[in-house]
Amino acid sequence: MSKMNITIDGKNIEVDSNSTILEACKKLNIIIPTLCHLDLHDLKMVNKSASCRICVVEVEGRNNLVTACSTPVADGMVVNTHNIRVMNARKTVLELMLSDHPAECLSCSKGGNCDLQHMAERFGMREIRVTGKSQSTYRKDKTVSIRRNLDKCIMCRRCETMCNEVQSVGALSAINRGFDAVVAPTFEVNLHDSVCTFCGQCVQVCPVGALTETDRSWEVIEALANPRKTVVVETAPAVRVALGEEFGYEPGTNVTGKMVSAFRQLGFDYVFDTNFAADLTIMEEATELLERIKRLKSGEKDVNLPMLTSCCPAWVAFIETQFPELLDIPSSVKSPQQILGIIAKTYFAEKINVDRKDMVVVSVMPCLAKKYEAGIESFKEDGNPDVDIVLSTREFAQLIKLSNIDFNSLENEDFDNPLGESSGAGAIFGTTGGVIEAATRTAVEWITGESLDNVDYKSMRGEEGIRIANLKVKDLEINIGIANGLGSARELLEEIQAGNPRNLHAIEIMACPQGCIDGGGQPYHHGNIDIIKKRKQAIYEVDGKKTIRKSHENPSIQKLYKEYLGEPLGEKSHKLLHREYDKKERV
Amino acid sequence: MPNKIKVNLNSSHFQELDSFIDGLETTEGELISILHKAQSIFGYLPKEVQIHIAKRVNVPVSRVYGVVSFYSYFTMKPKGKYHISVCTGTACFVRGADAVLRDFEEELEIKSGETTKDGLFSLDSLRCVGACALAPVVLINEDVYGKEDAKKVKEIIQKYMKINSEG
Repeated sequence: MSKMNITIDGKNIEVDSNSTILEACKKLNIIIPTLCHLDLHDLKMVNKSASCRICVVEVEGRNNLVTACSTPVADGMVVNTHNIRVMNARKTVLELMLSDHPAECLSCSKGGNCDLQHMAERFGMREIRVTGKSQSTYRKDKTVSIRRNLDKCIMCRRCETMCNEVQSVGALSAINRGFDAVVAPTFEVNLHDSVCTFCGQCVQVCPVGALTETDRSWEVIEALANPRKTVVVETAPAVRVALGEEFGYEPGTNVTGKMVSAFRQLGFDYVFDTNFAADLTIMEEATELLERIKRLKSGEKDVNLPMLTSCCPAWVAFIETQFPELLDIPSSVKSPQQILGIIAKTYFAEKINVDRKDMVVVSVMPCLAKKYEAGIESFKEDGNPDVDIVLSTREFAQLIKLSNIDFNSLENEDFDNPLGESSGAGAIFGTTGGVIEAATRTAVEWITGESLDNVDYKSMRGEEGIRIANLKVKDLEINIGIANGLGSARELLEEIQAGNPRNLHAIEIMACPQGCIDGGGQPYHHGNIDIIKKRKQAIYEVDGKKTIRKSHENPSIQKLYKEYLGEPLGEKSHKLLHREYDKKERV
Repeated sequence: MPNKIKVNLNSSHFQELDSFIDGLETTEGELISILHKAQSIFGYLPKEVQIHIAKRVNVPVSRVYGVVSFYSYFTMKPKGKYHISVCTGTACFVRGADAVLRDFEEELEIKSGETTKDGLFSLDSLRCVGACALAPVVLINEDVYGKEDAKKVKEIIQKYMKINSEG
């Protein structure tokens, strides 16, 4: 890489020739304000729309100010980042942006987490001299997962970049011009009628309150206050390694014990673990995979392989809308969230003699698509959903704060049994590669009949969007694909359509880059990807510390099959734990 | 009833569009020219046509719609056989383009952006056609009217009705 010398605010620096002025400034510890710019390099997302103009700087010899985020350096360039001309322009840019932004910060769900609000603080905005055209009034759009309030949109287009370039979903695009410009689904249909998968990555990167989750935390308060209801909670593996961030803990702190304690303080009757249901998922999924491979080995033609994992509702929505011709290959196992729900409302409800209509299952998830999943008609019995209310990690943190609980001073407590016991295999469901590693631990032992010495399948771990692991188990060769991020999923699916050249037998897919740890419902990372890496480390630590690390060795799972389900893929398991898929025609 | 306007989505129109797309060396970067062609074939760009183009060009429909909604030239409503564009750019505006537009609206009994029930005329405003010396300017399909012409709205409309009835 050739180098270039440039001068910024009187300081010289040598940088790579493909750097932007912004990158050069960072090296000199000059913090240029940015809003639309977002560089999530490791997640293959760089938003360089240069639309907000807040990062303008002066380059000597050029007439106009330039955007630092998108202007490449040139040898000998002299840049001024804070002379009066630049500061005036920047202030005006921010004032213009604020002039038609609804001043609803007090009641905005992004309040305190809003990059525009932070920018106004940083600039010390005390008055806005501009009165723009009266604030835009684009219709609000509310799905069960995501709310769109485009009046707050600053047209940074991060959501569009995420939806199209990273996720390859294509639900969102900038439309119209001038004051009418908004980011919207095709033909301005509601998000619910678009190809949106509700992965929530757009919400995760939205700098303002234009895209947020649909908040249901008050319904939880109402359920807890209702003496006729038995209120059960389940929580996903990725929540416990991120929740602490909302209470000042270092990213990657595992706060499982305090989290369980917080649930009890809130008044939940039973605190269960989605990791338990993850173990149950593995029992069914590993059985299903072995059964399909067996059919293949016996010479059967047209076996529905590679088997795709089915835990991630955004991914399921993606295949249902974009690859309907492949709907026979995903595993038919429900997601852990739904499995916990139905087991709580059948097996457990019978045990404690409560009618399912008097039981409320609340689920705390790192995910916004889980909200949509819980509402799917086939996951209801006579209108009563298996999972009643889904909260994001963020909403749950809000609930704790709202209930006067000093999270940091809570003692560590354990989950309730029987739906609270889990293996390390269940824990790693929260990160890319984890589901298939968990399934492998069980499948390999079932094939060999021997106990595994080392359950760490390092070949399945990693950060790349697509990874391949080749296993040899006795005389069986099993080829495994792993995709995280829907763009990577699309690549693998197109490969399958092109004849499966790598002869893959199983593929794990998670819709969010890096998996649930970076889910759309997690605490906002504000572009700091180190946070995601730390959450991932924490997940593997949870697994490493468990005495039981294989799903089939979880005693509560063994007991559940013995007492209630029979065997994996058996009649009862099939009825309760498996599902069908629907082709969806969307734009 | 005039029925010469191309609003029906028949398969020969799709074939014509497909052969245009097939004739391109690459579809990359050609979305706008494809949309131009499609609008000239169909008369407008209904959803079905946008979905078709998205598939052919291998981009999300949302991107196609983004482009269609951005450029005022593209329309999702069928245009009339005679499409009237009144320039409301600065020069035309100061020379009374708003009055010209109003005259057309009253005479045709439609609002700007609409099409007459018989499909004969549609009306729109646009910004600066670059013929400011003629201001106020009106375009009717390929014909240009300027200055005093543009104020004889009634006569102009009658002229086209006559052309139409004579076939």
